[in-house]
Amino acid sequence: MATNLLSDSEIDIQRRRILQATAFGAALLTANVGMARASKPPMGRVVIIGGGYAGTTAAKYIRMWSLGNIETVVIEPSSQFVSCPLSNLVLGGSKTIHDLTFGYSMVSKHHGIQWVKDSVVSVDTNAKRVRMSRGEISYDRLIVAPGIDVNYDRTPNLANAEAQTLIPHAWKAGWQTVNLRKQLEAMPDGGVFVLTVPKAPYRCPPGPYERVCQVASYFKQHKPRSKVVVLDANPEITSKKGLFNLAFTQTYAGIVDYRPNNELVSVDIPTKTVTTEFEQIKADVLNVIPPQLAGKVAQQMGLNNIDKRWCEVDFLTYASAIDPNIHVIGDSVSAGLPKSAHMATSQARVCAAAMVALMSGEQPDPLPVFANTCYSFIDDQQAIHVANVYRYDPAKKVMISAEGGGVSTAASAQEGQYAFAWANNIWSDVLT
Amino acid sequence: MLTMIKAFFLATSLLLSASLVPAEESSTINIQNQQSHTRILAASCAACHGTQGNSVGITPTLAGLDKGYFVTQMLAFKRGERSPTVMHHHAKGLTEDEIQSLAVYFAQQPRVTHIAPKTEQLKESHGH
Repeated sequence: MATNLLSDSEIDIQRRRILQATAFGAALLTANVGMARASKPPMGRVVIIGGGYAGTTAAKYIRMWSLGNIETVVIEPSSQFVSCPLSNLVLGGSKTIHDLTFGYSMVSKHHGIQWVKDSVVSVDTNAKRVRMSRGEISYDRLIVAPGIDVNYDRTPNLANAEAQTLIPHAWKAGWQTVNLRKQLEAMPDGGVFVLTVPKAPYRCPPGPYERVCQVASYFKQHKPRSKVVVLDANPEITSKKGLFNLAFTQTYAGIVDYRPNNELVSVDIPTKTVTTEFEQIKADVLNVIPPQLAGKVAQQMGLNNIDKRWCEVDFLTYASAIDPNIHVIGDSVSAGLPKSAHMATSQARVCAAAMVALMSGEQPDPLPVFANTCYSFIDDQQAIHVANVYRYDPAKKVMISAEGGGVSTAASAQEGQYAFAWANNIWSDVLT
Repeated sequence: MLTMIKAFFLATSLLLSASLVPAEESSTINIQNQQSHTRILAASCAACHGTQGNSVGITPTLAGLDKGYFVTQMLAFKRGERSPTVMHHHAKGLTEDEIQSLAVYFAQQPRVTHIAPKTEQLKESHGH
């Protein structure tokens, strides 16, 4: 199945585009730019596993930058894209999950991406075939973009749907986010919300602290006698430390109680009691953010070679260190890079450009440079940022943060407006 | 079709403005690398400034922006001469050559109106 999901008319449109583009280019160019290839068969097929920020961006940009000459297939089990960025605002009450939910039809139609709603069962890397629950598809190159998986090894009693209905992680935006919001709404004034933060690295470094601010903002307005207790396995706030510290101690003084070096040991589900290395605390609403690792498909394929959690890659092409014919992008990648949506899209574009180059017999960019901007909301209007340029270091073979990056001087409503503009632009870029 | 034409405008203009390319070797590969390098860097601006610099939010549209204006503003951010928002953290991390290349790239992008994707009701069947 899924060998050709494009209709004849769509294929004709693409063929016409390529021919027109070729004529246009040939009139102006004498050099071999290596892009117009109407006289040759398509450059091959890329299959992408995962339709999150990374996978969807890679698909769109491979189609754009190959001028439609690379057949691109995305395999994604969900029919909807739910944005993790802004999903903490659902907990604060200023957004609903439906404000952050989108379909894939625009991006797949606009760019001629073949979209397969299915789950991957296994990948035969020798035969270059992906087996799904309802069919098989072959590939020339494979991109694995499965996001994160959660790890409940330490608290195995939470590793089932029933337990997570009582104690959600809400670390993949969706119904768990809605569930957690409902629990906060149902909690009486004077209650205690306990949030546990795993040791870094995890998806979205500032995310837990933004979540603290969102819940505290809701409590301050609607349940002012309530408390937020943060049990952080890390020795300190892992991102935007000074700004979050100011929010915890001033904006939300008397509400937020931040306790570093306090790693979760066990959870008693019926009483919502958390035991850490130092203390025991009973919650009215409990949110355990578990430790994380590369998504399930990456694990199945044995690509998570770093601490058995994350995937080592070549940062010029995102080729896996385990199998150079397989590329890994997004939160599954092991890197000194923040696991952010913007970073996932930046990795996806470097990978997309490399894919076009490799499949044309050309050299990928030897010195990629890209930017990352990450906003966090302190309340329903004010935001803070961290922004950096990252540059490939050929000696160390990693992406290094360039000089000059940094964080906001203070939270502001202006930055809140920028943060919404960021969301609208990245959604438009990824999903249309 | 617009996308195709844009890509070829870019390809040709970068070939024609080869003086921007560091003149170590004048091979096609280097020109392609430079083109790919700038395109990857410019594309990472899309999160705030839209696909190929056409913003759907309050952030400025960079597509079709005058090269000189782009360079002046970015250098002002880089040197701390323009009151900081977020951009100084990016401008300071870029080289002057990269700022020049980005100015050429964005000046050549046509202004188009991008659409925002439509929001939907989250389906009950959504897995998590």
